[in-house]
This record gives sequence, C-alpha cells and structure tokens, in this order.
Amino acid sequence: MKAVILGGTSGMGRAIAQRLAERGDHVFLLGIGDDDLAKSASDLVARSPKTQPVGYALCDLEKPETFAPALDAADALLGGFDTVIVTAALFATQEALEADLELTRRLVTVNYAHTVVFCEHARKRLLTRGGGSLTVFSSVAGDRGRKPVGLYGSGKAGLSHYLESLDHKFHDQGLHVLTVKPGFVKTGMTAGLKPPPFAGEPDGVAKDVVRAIDARKPVLYTPGIWALVMLVIRWLPRFVMRKIGF
Amino acid sequence: MRYAPSVFMSAPQLPPVPTLAAWGRLPKPGSEWVVDDLERASSMANLSRGLGRSYGDSSLPACASDKVIATRRANRILSFDAATGVLRAEAGLSLEDINRLFIPRGFFTPVTPGTKFVTLGGMVASDVHGKNHHVEGCFGGHVRALKMRLADGSLVETTPTAEPELFWATVGGMGLLGHVLEVEFALKRIPSPWILQESERVAGIDDFLTVLNTSAPLWPMTVGWIDCLNAGKNLGRGILMAGRWAEKHEAPDALPPVPGALSVPVDFPNLALNKLTASVFNTAYYWKHWQQRVRKVISPETFFYPLDAVHQWNRVYGPRGFTQYQCVIPRAAGAPAVREFMVRLTKFGAASPLCVIKDCGPEGKGLLSFPLEGTSIAVDMAVSPDIQRVVDSLNEFVIATGGRIYLTKDAFTRPCHFRAMEPRLPAFEAARAKYDPQRVLRSAQSVRLFGDRAS
Repeated sequence: MKAVILGGTSGMGRAIAQRLAERGDHVFLLGIGDDDLAKSASDLVARSPKTQPVGYALCDLEKPETFAPALDAADALLGGFDTVIVTAALFATQEALEADLELTRRLVTVNYAHTVVFCEHARKRLLTRGGGSLTVFSSVAGDRGRKPVGLYGSGKAGLSHYLESLDHKFHDQGLHVLTVKPGFVKTGMTAGLKPPPFAGEPDGVAKDVVRAIDARKPVLYTPGIWALVMLVIRWLPRFVMRKIGF
Repeated sequence: MRYAPSVFMSAPQLPPVPTLAAWGRLPKPGSEWVVDDLERASSMANLSRGLGRSYGDSSLPACASDKVIATRRANRILSFDAATGVLRAEAGLSLEDINRLFIPRGFFTPVTPGTKFVTLGGMVASDVHGKNHHVEGCFGGHVRALKMRLADGSLVETTPTAEPELFWATVGGMGLLGHVLEVEFALKRIPSPWILQESERVAGIDDFLTVLNTSAPLWPMTVGWIDCLNAGKNLGRGILMAGRWAEKHEAPDALPPVPGALSVPVDFPNLALNKLTASVFNTAYYWKHWQQRVRKVISPETFFYPLDAVHQWNRVYGPRGFTQYQCVIPRAAGAPAVREFMVRLTKFGAASPLCVIKDCGPEGKGLLSFPLEGTSIAVDMAVSPDIQRVVDSLNEFVIATGGRIYLTKDAFTRPCHFRAMEPRLPAFEAARAKYDPQRVLRSAQSVRLFGDRAS
C-alpha cells in the first residue's frame, strides 16, 4: 500500500499511520507544523521493518490552495499513491460553537466544504490511474441531528452524504470509498470531555480502519458497538429526540 | 477500555463527580486529559500520568480541579540508532510498543518492571526495577537524557551531568519535579527473542534467601513467588525463577507467540478472592511445580509479564479495590528480619496469591528511588477495614530494620512513617523547593505524604 494520510501526526490518524508503517506499507504524511510532521516521520521510520524514508508535506485543511501541491509531492515521492486517508478535522463543543459564530463558520467550512474539495483532488488522481482507496473520517454525529453535536454533526452529515455518492458513482471504476464513523474516541481532540460509555482508544480504531480498508468495506462504525447505538438512534421518533439529551 | 477511568468499572457506585483511579481501583475525584501534544499540554498541568499502572495514589490528582494529563498518546519514537541501540522517544511510549517493535530486531530494554503496560515517563518517575536489579540496577541508571517541562513553564534537557540535581530528583521522583516529555536511553542487544528459565521449588523462607543468594552470581535475572498464606514449617515456601536470554542455538527459530487478549470482563464479587480460594490457588500453584528443578526455554512475555496475559486482572479483587505492600529489608538486618516479616505477614492473613520476593543490588542515585541492597517483598492485599492497621504495623517493622517502601505501590503509608524510613527526603524536598517552589506539580500522594496543599 502507498498511503497518503492527512492528519497522520496526531490522534487516530497517527495510530493508523503507525499501524501501516509497522506492517511495511509506504506512508506519506500531510499536515500542519513542520516540526510535528518531522517528528511523526521519524517515528514511522523507526517503526518500519524496512528502512524506507517517510516523506511529508504541509497541507492545511483551512487553506485549499495547499491541497494540490501537497498531493503532487506525495505522488512524486511514493511513485503514485493508491490510498488516501483523511482523519484531519476541527472539533468544538456545541456550546463553544453556539457562542462563537466565526468558529462555527470555520469549523463547518473546514469539515465539510474544504474536506470535499480535498477529496475531489484525491479522487481525480486515483481515478486517472484506475482507482484506489479513499478513506475519510466522518462521524456518528452525522447520522442524526442530535442536541449535543448539532453544528459539528451537520458538517459531518454533509460529508457522509458526499462520500456515499462517491461510492455510488465511482465504485465500478475501481474507486473504493470508506466512510469511517467513529463514536467517542479518547484523543487530544476530545481531551477534557467526559468520555461516555463505549468510548474507544485510537489504537483500536486504527486496527478496525486498516482492516476495513483491506476488506474494501464502504462504511465502518468504530468501536463496533456504535453501529448498534446509531441503529437505535436513527429510528427514534422525533418526539423522543426532542426530549432526550443524547 | 483497558485504562478507562473507574467510572466505567464500578457503575453501581457511580459518584456524582467524575473520578480517576489507578491500578488499585481506589478512585479520587478528578479526570485525565488524554493529549498527544505533551509539549503544549504540559505547560498548564499539575501532573502527568502514563498508563495508570501504579497501584496507589501517585498518578491521581491532588484535587478535582487539578489538570492531570495522560501521556499515553504521546508515543512517537524520535530516533533510534541500530548500531548503538540508543532510543529517544516521547514519554508516553509504552514498553508494550517497544517490545513489539524491538524484540524481533534483537533489542530489549535494559530494565523492565513486571508489566509491559507502562510508559517511559512512568518508568522514570517510578525508577522501576526488575528481575535483573542485582546486575543492572534501576531503569534510571540507564537513562541518558530527559526533556522536561518545569513548573515555571521552561523546557530543559537534563542528563546525569547537565542539571544532575534535577535529573536524580526526577528519577524515582513520582512526577513531582516536572513533566517528562522525552526520554533517551539505550536498548540492549539480546542473542535471541527467547528466555532460558530454570525454576526451582523452595521449601521455606530460609532456603529462599539462600537460593536467591547463590543464584545471583549465576543468573542475570531472578525472582521468587512465595505462598504467603502458609505459616509454620511451610512459611515462605515457593518457587524461584532464574533466567537469562537464550543463546541462538538454544532458542527456537520462530519468534515467540504474541499473547492473546484474555480479559476479566466484569468485577468479581468482593469476597470471590478470600483466604480459602487464595490458599487453594497457592497450594495448587506450588505443587504444580512437582519436579524440584525445571529448565526450559520460554517467551519473554511469560517470563517477565505473567499477569499481563489477563487484562484487567485487578477486577478479581472486586469493587473494594486493593493495594500492594512492597518493602525492602536491608541485607544488614539479616535473614531473621525477613523471616520475622514473613511471620507478621502471614499472621495478618491478607488474602492474596500474589507475593513476590527479590534480592536487590546496591541503591541507585535517584533521590527517592526504592531499591537498596537487601530483600524486597511485594504482596497484594485487598482493601479491608483493617488495611490501615496492617500497613502501619508492617511499616513500623520495616522502619526498625532500616528498610523502606515503594511509593509506586503505596496508598496507605502515613507521612510520619515515610519520613522515618527515608533519610534522603530532605535532599528531595530541597530539589523540589528549587525547581517548583510553589509546588504546582502535585498528586494525591504528595498531598498525603509531603503535605502539599489539596486545593
């Protein structure tokens, strides 16, 4: 596998990058912060059984102009990537977003509009060489309009919708699209929040994601229990959703 | 889920405020921040904790509003030199990861504790020791450099020669001198990924001290399991395990198996582990070793981390929680003192199958580092209404012998007892006064033992 990972320096993206490097896959990191990227690259080199260099390039989801050059750099070093993984996104609590509309604008733009644009860049590159795999982190928050994650979840809902359409449209041309819907996972993104029951750890998520990429699954809930939780939530009638705080 | 705070583990007793617990499952109000950018997060934090495997209260907050950062996601390897074995990594890298990545490449940590679920930062803070203490000393003695965030917000690189006072106060300093961000140490070459173990059935405590002594020069790694529920002529009977890395021609060609993930899924009832079940287990475990002496090649997992094979084994003690009493009795106090300690221990009948004996080598340079030349005994005990009296009484005996206890395991020692057993405490307090005069860094343990403020 020749994988480009946007967000591979921290949280679940880091865990996936480590897992791929440890089994000998070629990895190229995209992210913000030269120092952070360099540290992650050394980590992946040290973890890899082969002594292959791990490249990286600056790519900021807030700056769409960085997308094409970053993907070009990855292509050049990897000799044509076949897998793209996007774990980067912004997160803020519903309270913080309601109190700060500029933050809301930023978050929704990055998590939906800019992520879609990045995926379009990646999707086109993959299709020109006959397909490949595109894995994008959406969220269980996008499955239903829920009180505690309404604004964050709306961007993720749009993203899930877009990814589903990619799968429908390009599956037959060899493009595998995996929509990952993590439940609550204990990472730097959720630091300070009280973990609910069924909270996951990044390493467990990474294991599930890599397995789903290998098996070419279209949708992954992780930790697995969230598939059941969301099945129930999706079927709850509106008058119940208005009452409960979930 | 393995390291989930206690809120998930004992739902029926769910308190109104979130709580955080360590391995002994005695929760304190507070919560942890899981961060992957240690350098940023540490500037506002009161305490760093790794995987929460210390038994007592050293990784727990002084008060509910204190910020405790969990370092386990800060796990990047920053450099590794295959020629020298020198490894530098972020403090949250676990020994589990190091073993998985480097045993197949022919490297192993110079010192390992009895669990691989520890971080490098935790290994420094506890200055862990292992079965090879009589040869290699503690982990801190192998550390070449630490990058730290001090209480005043500054970043420093400390080594045994640069800022030595800070370095040796941090080694074994229970995380109270500053946040350890990066650790540099050298892995050792191993001839094969397998261990050659010789185990021997030992009839009593006096024999045990003798065989520990005679094995020490022959084997780089030794440890003993003791049946601490049997008094009288069987007092201190058990099994001595000695080992070394197997040479290439002695070892199988294959890598040792990766252990499966057995797990204790629920809390056992409080009384599941009682004197009777523990006695039955101990007798069975002792006589399972029916041959006097057995020599075999086993995996390092089995040799170093027998308990890691069952995740969340601390649930066996039930929701009441448990503690470990670990002390070292100086060689100068002699074998009678160890025997007397065992007599007292068995008299209390603290129901636990886990009791470990080990001879320690000379004291290291860490200002509060636990081991000193003598005999270390560690025993798990369920928390009971009696526990404070048991710990007090054992502590009084240990003080009289000139010994000390291991802070990493402790949740019940009184400050006056700790002071009495720790002549090095003034030097440690002087280092704290120099590097953290406001005592920003603090833990539930430092409140209990060092009189730090809890608000």
